[in-house]
Parts: sequence; structure tokens; C-alpha cells
Amino acid sequence: MSVVEMHAPFKPGDYKSDVKPIWCPGCGDYHVLMSFTRAFAELAVPPEDVVVVSGIGCSSRIPAYMNCYGFHGVHGRSLALAAGLKVTRPELTVVVASGDGDGYSIGGNHFLHACRRNIDMTYVVMDNHIYGMTKGQPSPTTEPEFDTALSPGGTGLRPFHPLVIALASGANFIARCFSGEPNQTAAVLVEAIRHPGFSFVEILSPCVTFRPDEREWKNLVHPAPVSATSDPAKAARRLMTDDGFNIGVLYRGDRKPYQPPVGQGCADLTELERDFEL
Amino acid sequence: MIVGTPKVTTLADLFAVAYQIEAEAVERYDLLADQMVTHNNPELVAVFRDLSRAEAIHRDEIRRQAGDIDVIAHAQRMAKWQRGESPEAANLDEAHYLMTPWHALQLALAAEHRALAFFKSVTETTKDSAIKRLAEEFVEEEAEHVNLVHRLMRKYPRPTGDWSDDPDSPVSQE
Repeated sequence: MSVVEMHAPFKPGDYKSDVKPIWCPGCGDYHVLMSFTRAFAELAVPPEDVVVVSGIGCSSRIPAYMNCYGFHGVHGRSLALAAGLKVTRPELTVVVASGDGDGYSIGGNHFLHACRRNIDMTYVVMDNHIYGMTKGQPSPTTEPEFDTALSPGGTGLRPFHPLVIALASGANFIARCFSGEPNQTAAVLVEAIRHPGFSFVEILSPCVTFRPDEREWKNLVHPAPVSATSDPAKAARRLMTDDGFNIGVLYRGDRKPYQPPVGQGCADLTELERDFEL
Repeated sequence: MIVGTPKVTTLADLFAVAYQIEAEAVERYDLLADQMVTHNNPELVAVFRDLSRAEAIHRDEIRRQAGDIDVIAHAQRMAKWQRGESPEAANLDEAHYLMTPWHALQLALAAEHRALAFFKSVTETTKDSAIKRLAEEFVEEEAEHVNLVHRLMRKYPRPTGDWSDDPDSPVSQE
């Protein structure tokens, strides 16, 4: 019996806000939004116990489209915000949404240390290999030969490999999904949220406006040929030889999540004001 | 249990799955219509709203036919789809901000064909005569929808190859 069958108090629509998304028609992020709402319904977690934290970019608009707590934060700093939230309110389900620019470039340093700290939260990066919101500049995951007026002849730069970096930095759960498979993605998100520690889920989410070639991704993605491993050395070998289109859970670690003791905090605002007095 | 194909073993299962197919088709056409509102394509808004209304009529008819069966709750328990979505939900990946009614009808046609194929597969695999009769009714209705889309396509011929040319393209860096 599935979780939905046991509880079924929430439908995916319960997690959707009345705000209409303004993503481009055909954008993969519509499917990611569906995967979020389906995953939360499957987990049967009340909307008031969920927080979606984001940074800046097309993908980071997602908290506005959800009916739960949200924080549309500063560019690249979503993980820092979320970490603070989770250590002080460990009972909440904290999911962080980002894109490849926000998450791997501006927020690259936070990414490393979030993996290292292994706080029990889930980091979802909607990777479209481009800065979409600012009109098509190369991002850390853009292919070196991607040739535009902004990168004549291509950048020539080796792309960032987020899954390898996540593993090397200590993430406790690593998966890759494709936005065009929203139910499969929802199932992976359910597993990622349940897995203790820092879970990293990269979702290939095409930018059909600035990377129309990414409409082909649906023909390139394929299920990972081997099941997930808990051996980091084995996972490293697999990820280093990965073609970038393996879909599924690739690593499940067993590191103990970091959770500092939660203090008593301030009893009232006056006490807090006194603490911050200059 | 998210990934998987719903197994139709009772009439209630078939009503629930059929209801969900139509309900998700309505939801999807409304989402596409909303996208076209945002992107100022009023002709497409009208087409997607019309498609949504047509599916809503079918959805409500199934709910009426189902009588006391709680099709919504039943579908939530058992209607899970292999390809990630129910067959009549138009493919979101194919949307484009400059798409024409012809493109919208192509999406609708593909969706109707998938729904038709699903109900046909039920008629071919069930051993229950009542389920077979009901599935055959749904096949007839989906076939009528396919014909309807074909008739609408006469009104909206295939656009010329430059349909996606935008004099003020968002891809300003290329």
C-alpha cells in the first residue's frame, strides 16, 4: 500500500497557489512544479510544515506558485537561508530550489559547504545549461562549444560537474531526473526528502527559448543502467564516466546528518532587541 | 506507487480512470490557456479554453454515470500512469509562445489518440463483459473526439514554415 493510500489527506492541487506561472510555454519548470506538488501529496506532509526556499532565476520563482511557506531569497544564497531555517526548525520539511546559474556559480561556495554539513534538507537544481532569465548567457554547465554572440566560438570551458562535486563534498543522496517525467521525478523527490541528511537532486529542465536544442533531451535521457550504490568510491567511478543523461538515484549515503542542539532562544522580542543592541 | 499503469479490474476502476483522464485533460488545457494569456496569444487562449470545455463536459458526464462511486478518491488510490501522466493530458513540452491553433489541435489530436488507445486496450484485455461494454462506449466517445479535432483542423490549416519567426525575438544575443 502506498503512502497515498494510507493517508491521502492531500491532493497535489492543495500545494498549488493561485499565482499563474509566467515561465515560457514549453519550459521544463512547469513539470518540476507538478513533481513538487505530487511529491508533497505522496508524503502527505501538511502544507504548513513545508518550506520551499529559492534564490534568483526562472527556477527560483517556484515558491510563488506553491501553497506552503516560501522564501524567495538572495541570488545564490538559498542554501544558507535554508540551513539556518532547518537547524532551528528541524521539524519542518525544507526543500531548496535553484538553477544552474544560481546554484553552481553565484551559489557555488554554499553548494560545497551545504554538502559538507549534511543538514537534513533537499536541494533541487533545475539545470538548463543556460542563464535563461537574463537572456541566454553561458552558465557553469553550458557545453564549451555552445556558440552565441555572448560566447563567440563557445566558452571553451570545461563544464561544472555538479553530481561529482556533490559526492566529493559529502552529499548524502544524489539523483538526476528529467522534467518531462514528472511522476518519476516526484518519486525521486519523495525518496530524497525521506533520506536523512543533505539530498541533492539535479533535474534536467529544458529552456526551450534560449536552448531550443534541449527539446531533444527527452530522446537522450535514459534510466541509469545500474542501481544506486552506497559506496562513495563506486559512485565516483560511475559519475565520472556518466554521459549526463542517466536518470535515477545514483548514490545513497549513510552519513549522520548535522543537527546542532537547538537552544532555548529568546523568550520575547525585548530580549532579542537587547541582544542586537549596538 | 507513483509510476505504474492503472489496472482496471472493476467498473469502479474504469469510471475512476476515465474520470481522471478527462479531469487531467481539462487541467492541462487550462494550464496551456493560462500560458497563452501570459504570452498574449488570444487566439490560442480561445482554442485551449474550447478544448477544456469539451473535456469538462465529458468529465462531468462520467461522474454522473458513475453514480455513487467516488471517482476522485478512487482515482487517487489507483490511477497511476507509466509515462508519468494520464494519456489525454496534452504534451506541455511541445508548447511554444507563438504556436498556432493548428499546433494546439495537433497536441489535442495526439492526446485523443492516446486516450483512444488506452480504452481500446481495456476492451481487448478485460474478461468482464460489463467493463468491456463501458470501455467500448469510451472508445466510441474518444473516436468522436478524434473526428471533432479533424473537423476543427479544416478550419485551421497548417501554418507556413515561418510561424515561429518573431520580429522581436527574446533570443537577442544570437
